[in-house]
Amino acid sequence: MTDMRDTAETEQPARRPEMRVRPTAPIVPPSNVSGNALMLVIAIMAFLACLTFGAVSMVRATAASWQSEISREITIQIKPDDNLDMEQALKDARDLALTFTGTRDGTIVDKAATARLLEPWLGDGLDIDELPVPRLVIVTIDEQSPPDFTAMRAALSQKIPQAFLDDHRTWVDRLVAMARTTAFIGTGVLVLVFSAMVLTVVFATRGALSGNRHIVEVLHFVGAEAGFVASEFQKHFLKISLKGSLAGGLLAALFFAIAGFWQGRAIATPQSDQATALFGSFSMGLTGYLGIAGTIAVIALLTTLTARFTVMRTIHEIDQIRSDPSRTDQLPDS
Amino acid sequence: MIHFENVGLRYGMGPEILRDLTFDIPRRSFQFLTGPSGAGKTTLLRLLFLSLQPTRGIIRSFDREISTIPRDELPMLRRRIGIVFQDFRLLDHLTTYENVALPLRVRGKEEISYRADVLELLKWVGLGERINVLPPVLSGGEKQRAAIARALIDRPELLLADEPTGNVDPPMARRLLSLFLELNRLGTAVVIATHDLSLMDQVEARRMILSQGRLDIYD
Repeated sequence: MTDMRDTAETEQPARRPEMRVRPTAPIVPPSNVSGNALMLVIAIMAFLACLTFGAVSMVRATAASWQSEISREITIQIKPDDNLDMEQALKDARDLALTFTGTRDGTIVDKAATARLLEPWLGDGLDIDELPVPRLVIVTIDEQSPPDFTAMRAALSQKIPQAFLDDHRTWVDRLVAMARTTAFIGTGVLVLVFSAMVLTVVFATRGALSGNRHIVEVLHFVGAEAGFVASEFQKHFLKISLKGSLAGGLLAALFFAIAGFWQGRAIATPQSDQATALFGSFSMGLTGYLGIAGTIAVIALLTTLTARFTVMRTIHEIDQIRSDPSRTDQLPDS
Repeated sequence: MIHFENVGLRYGMGPEILRDLTFDIPRRSFQFLTGPSGAGKTTLLRLLFLSLQPTRGIIRSFDREISTIPRDELPMLRRRIGIVFQDFRLLDHLTTYENVALPLRVRGKEEISYRADVLELLKWVGLGERINVLPPVLSGGEKQRAAIARALIDRPELLLADEPTGNVDPPMARRLLSLFLELNRLGTAVVIATHDLSLMDQVEARRMILSQGRLDIYD
């Protein structure tokens, strides 16, 4: 270049101040229409996937809590009888039940509570002594090592013939079946949403890349190695996918936080009780946040790998043209 | 440096565009490649640039037969060749400076090591005041000069130029030609594909004339 410099100096007019060069721009343009569209698509899909993940986790937790709550308790029902001292029988039943290993606590449902239980059917101001109403003892049990129900049932019927032990098996079995179905449906929805997310992200990335094919070609022809070209596009698409998936994931987390806040504020109101009964608690928990972080990581990985494979395939196609002169689709006229 | 032996090329089942080409491009040589439109000049340049393989015949490039070169070694070989495309192929989001520096950048060089050379070359091709301008704002001639500068920046062993003076005025064409001659004097073999007879008349150089797929060489 020295000789050229000498020649240049002889032909150049008087020297002007050196022009400033702008900071070097990235090889892949940082922002264009297809890149912004891809970021939006990723944000929407991340939001939907995180929302589905949170909702399915919530439904699973609610189903598990239904099952757990009902299987944590057993009920001893004592029918009224002329020869029976009901209050004594209730105490005896409770004491007998608590002698069994696997029981934790026993509560006698008092007259007022029993009246409240019947209030929806028999109305207000009910005198429980005037009606032959069965009375209840609620016994809390250890779910992990429950007591021997058959032995307890036999002991109870021997001591108090009017007593009937309900271990809620019928309800538990139904709820287990319902909870499993709900969890299965939820998992199915999650799989579908994640599949849709994967396909959308892959095709949107390929679409965004197709607008950059000329960059791949130029880089390839100025001597860039395939790995270098792929890494430039990987970096670019990793940034896009992280921005999009973080926005979508954080929006989903914000949705759950707001719903949880509303639920906390509106506690004991009919609307909140109804929502809690239907959906459970809107709290995210560690699993929820891990799920969102996992979804973001999956999307980022998918986008990056798709970008890499698409660039490598584009370069492969360019080289195929080289080795196959019959492929004229990318060539100008000779 | 480059050796063609009985090279022929056809696209698909069509007629042969190039037939029985046998020639050498010696090191430090300077030649014009000319011929009527559609004679196959661009195709021949693509064969020289390793972006096409012949249908028949043998091409040896830098002492290696190109049919035996693995794909992942092609970029290294292409780095020894500079090419000026007829359609320039500049990247629209990069400035003139960044486009010209691109071959050095993809080789992993630090900007500080090449900045002065790039600015000097841009001044030489008359783009010293246009270093921060994006290609869509450049005129056809300016784009062409930027494309030439990009091909020259890494001092290739072989320079291929497809109609390099097609969009510039005669004084600039002479200036670019003197740049090619200077580069040739420094050791680069140059192949210029052109229709411009006045340009060819300015230099006593080898002429390769393509006509109906056949090549005649006048030393």
